[in-house]
Amino acid sequence: MTPAVLAALVGAALVGLGLYGLIVHPHPLRKLLAFNLVGSGAFLVFGMVARRGAAAGLAFDPVPQAMVITGIVVAFAASALAVALVLRLFATSGRVDLDPRVWTRPDDDSSTS
Amino acid sequence: MSIQTFLDIALALLVIGVAVWTIVARDLFVAVVAYAVYGLFLALVWIRMYAPDVALTEAAVGGGVTGVLLVAAGKRLDMSAIDIDRQKPSTTLAILAAGCSILFAGVLMIVILSLPAPAPTLAPQAAAAASGPGAGLGNPITAVLMSYRSFDTMLEKVVLILAVVGVWSVGADQAWGAAPAPFGPDRPYDALVFLAKALAPVGAIIGFHIFWTGADAPGGAFQGGALLAAMWMVALMARLIELPRIDARWLRLALVAGPAVFLAVGIAGAMLAGSFFAYPSAFAKPLILSIEAFMVLSIAVALTMLVAGPPYRKGAP
Amino acid sequence: MIDGAETTQGGDLLVLAVLLPVAGIIFSFVLGGRYAERVSICLAPLGLVLACAVAAAVAHAGKPLAYAIGGLPPPLGIALRADGISATMLVAVAIIVSAAFLYARAKFDTPERIKETRSALTFWILLQAVWAGLTIIVLGGDLFSLYVALEVMTFAAVPLVCIDGRPETLVAALRYLLFALVGSICYLLGVALFYGSYGTLDIALLAQKAGPNLVVWVAASLMTAGLLAKTALFPLHLWLPPAHANAPAAASAVLSGLVVKGSFFLTLRIWFFILPTLPAVGPSTVLGLLGSAAILVGSALALRQPRLKLLIAYSTVAQIGYLFLVFPLATGAHVWSTIGWSAGVMQVLAHAFAKAAMFFSAGLLAESLGHDQIGRLKGAARALPLTFVTLGLGGLSLMGLPPSGGFSAKWLMLRASVASGQWIWSAPVLVGGLLAAGYVYRILTPALGDGEITLKSPPQRGREVIALALVLIALALGFMPPGFFDFIEIGRPLAAGRPA
Repeated sequence: MTPAVLAALVGAALVGLGLYGLIVHPHPLRKLLAFNLVGSGAFLVFGMVARRGAAAGLAFDPVPQAMVITGIVVAFAASALAVALVLRLFATSGRVDLDPRVWTRPDDDSSTS
Repeated sequence: MSIQTFLDIALALLVIGVAVWTIVARDLFVAVVAYAVYGLFLALVWIRMYAPDVALTEAAVGGGVTGVLLVAAGKRLDMSAIDIDRQKPSTTLAILAAGCSILFAGVLMIVILSLPAPAPTLAPQAAAAASGPGAGLGNPITAVLMSYRSFDTMLEKVVLILAVVGVWSVGADQAWGAAPAPFGPDRPYDALVFLAKALAPVGAIIGFHIFWTGADAPGGAFQGGALLAAMWMVALMARLIELPRIDARWLRLALVAGPAVFLAVGIAGAMLAGSFFAYPSAFAKPLILSIEAFMVLSIAVALTMLVAGPPYRKGAP
Repeated sequence: MIDGAETTQGGDLLVLAVLLPVAGIIFSFVLGGRYAERVSICLAPLGLVLACAVAAAVAHAGKPLAYAIGGLPPPLGIALRADGISATMLVAVAIIVSAAFLYARAKFDTPERIKETRSALTFWILLQAVWAGLTIIVLGGDLFSLYVALEVMTFAAVPLVCIDGRPETLVAALRYLLFALVGSICYLLGVALFYGSYGTLDIALLAQKAGPNLVVWVAASLMTAGLLAKTALFPLHLWLPPAHANAPAAASAVLSGLVVKGSFFLTLRIWFFILPTLPAVGPSTVLGLLGSAAILVGSALALRQPRLKLLIAYSTVAQIGYLFLVFPLATGAHVWSTIGWSAGVMQVLAHAFAKAAMFFSAGLLAESLGHDQIGRLKGAARALPLTFVTLGLGGLSLMGLPPSGGFSAKWLMLRASVASGQWIWSAPVLVGGLLAAGYVYRILTPALGDGEITLKSPPQRGREVIALALVLIALALGFMPPGFFDFIEIGRPLAAGRPA
C-alpha cells in the first residue's frame, strides 16, 4: 500500500463522510462544508491516479494534477456562489431553512413572468 | 513498518479526524475553523503525494480563501437568530445517511483497490511533448494547463467570471453599481493595520514570485493569484484600501483580462500557428508567460470579489 | 467510429461555435449595461448560422467533424467533435436561445437614463453562458472538458433561477445548486476512475479501450447518477419544479427546454458512445424504470398544481422520464435500436421547443393577467387567443397527438418497444399520454369556457409570435423526412449496419 493508495482510501472515506454531512445537516452552510469535503476527497482519488502514473522521469502524471487544480478553483467559486445566496436569503427573510415546506404559502399567488 | 508508513498513517488519521470534527461540530463557526485546519493538513497529504502544485493550490484556495469566505459568512449570519443550526437530525435520517455513506465509501475503496496496475499514464507523452507544444516549460503541470489542455483552463476562467456575475446578482437592485460591503470594521485594530502594512507587500512579492517561477518549478498562475488575492484581502480588512465599485471599468477589464487574452491568443494561433490555441514555437514560452500574467490579475481580482460578495448600499433592502 | 487524432475538414467551425458565446460573455461583461443586450442580439443570428453550417458540413461529409485543439490530438490534447446529434442539438439550442433573447428584450431591457441594471446585466450574460455551456457539451470530446462545461451551465442557470430576488427563489436556487454540485462531484469521481483505468478521457479513445470490468461499471454508474441529479430524473427531481416555476419565463424556457437536456446528452454520450458494447441490460432497465416512474409521478403531480408555471414544471419532470426510455429501447446493436434512438432524439427536440413555447406563453399570461392561477383562468382564451393557441399546440406535442414532434417521438417509442419485444415500455408511454391530456385539458377547459377576464395589460404581439413560432417548430418536427433520422445516426457506434 503506497502513500498514494492510502491517500485515495482517505479520499473515499472523506467522500462518505461529506455525503453524510450533506444529508444530515439542515443548515446550508454546513451542507456546503460537507460538499467541500466530498470535493477534496474526490480530488485525492485524482491525486492517487497522478502519483501512480509516475513515468518517463516525472514523479507524477501531470494531467490529473492539472485537473485537480482546476477543480479546486471551481469548487471555491461554487462555495462563493452558495455563500452569497445563503447570505442574501438570510438578509431578506431572516431564515436559512432549505426545507420547501417552510416556504410554501397556502395560497401561493406569487407569479412572475 | 517504517517510520514513513507510520507517519503516513498518522497523517491519514489526522485528516479524517479533523474532517469528522468538521461534520460533528455543534457550532457553525467551529466547523469552519476545523475545515480550515483540515485544508492545511490536506496540503501535507498532497505534498506526500509528490504534488507540490496541488498542495500550494489547496493551501491557498481550498483552505485559505475558502476559509476566509466561510468565516466571513458565519459572522454575517446572526447566529443567535438561527435555530436551524441547533436542530438535531432525526435518528432515522442519520442512520440512513450513515448507511448510504458507508456503502458509497466502501464501494469507492474497493474500486480504488481494483484499478489496473501498471497504471496507465500520460507522463511519457507529456515528457515527450515538453520541448514541442510544451514550449520548453520545466513545470509539466503548467504545460498541461497552458498548452495541452488550455481549452479547459480558458473555460475555467469563464466559470470564474460567471461566479462573479452570480455573486453580484444577489445584491439589491438599488445597490447595483456600488462597492461590496467592507471586509472589516470601520476602525480596525492597530495590530491588524500593522500586520497588513508589513505582510501585504511581502506576500504580494511572494505571490508574484510563485506565479513567475511556476513556469519551471512548482507554482503557477492560480497559486500566485490566490496569494495576491489573500494579500489584497488583508489590506482590505485593515481598511488600508477600499473595495472598488462593481461598475468600475478597470475592475471589469481586470476580471476579463485573463480569459480575453487567452481567447485572443487562441484565435491568433489559428492564423500564426496553424491551429486554434496553438502557440508559434518561436515564442511559445514568453507568450504563455504573458497570458499567465493576465490570468494572475484576473484570478486575484476574481477571488477577492467572490469573497467580497454582492454590492452593498446602506439602506437598500 | 472515427479516429480520435485527426482534425477534419470544417473542424474550425466547431471552435468558432464555442468561442462565439464565450466572446459574447466577455464583451457583455466589460461593456456592461445595455451593450450586454446588444451583444446577445447580435451574436444570436451568427450562432444560428454557425450551427447550420456545422450541420451542413456533417451532412455533407456523412461522418463526424473533429478538431484537435492546439493541433495536439488526444490523449494528451483535447478534441471537439460534431456528429449527427451534436449538430442537431447545436441548431436547436441556437434557435431556442435566440428566441429567448428576443422574447426577453421587453422584460430585461435597460431603461433609458440608467447605465446598467442588475437584472439586465445578469440575465444577458448568464443566458449567453447557458448557450456557451450547451455548445461545449454537445461538441466536447473530452470528459474533463465536459465537466467544466457542466459547471458553466450550473453557474449560469442557478442565478437565473433567483434573479428576481424573492426568498422562495433563493431557496430554490440553493437547492438546485446543491443538487448540481453533488452531481458534478459524482461525475468527477467517475472521470477519475476512467482516467485511472485507461489513461485518457477522450470519448473516442475510451470507446476503443473500455471493457466490462468493475471499475468501468462503477465509474459509469457514478457519472450517470451525477448526471441524473442534474437532469432531475425521478427520484432526484425535487429541486426542479420550484426552480423552473419561479424563474422568469425566458429563463424557465431555457432551463426546462435546454439545460436539463445538456446533462441528458452526456448520459447518452457515456452509454451510447463510450460504452456501447457493454452488456447494459441491467442499467438500461433501471433507467427505463426510473423514467417510467418520472412520467407517472410527474404527470400525476402536474394534475394537482394550482399554478400554471408549476404545472408546466412538473410536466417537464414527466417528459424527462420519456427521455430515459431511450435506454432500454436503443441499447445494443439490434435492428430496432435505430428506432429507439430516433425516438429519444425526437423527444429531446420536441420537448425542448414545445416546453420553451409553453413557458413563454405562461410568462405572457402571467404578465397580462397579473397571476397564473389556473383556477382563475375562466374565459381567458377569449382575451389572449394567440397565447392559448400556443399553449394548446404545445400541449398537443406533450400529449403525443399528431401532427407533432411529440407524436413522432411516442410513436417511435411504441414501435421500438413492440419490435424489441419489450412491451412493458408501451405502458408508461400510453399512460403518460393520457395523463398529459389530463393536465393540458386542465389548462384549456376553463380558458375556453365562459367568463369575463380583464387584462392588466395586453401582451405584445411580437412575443406571442415568438412563442407561436417555437411551438410550430415542435409541430413541424412531426414531418421530418427519413433523411433526418439517418442524419442523427451519423457517428453513433453500433448504428445499424455500421461497424462498431
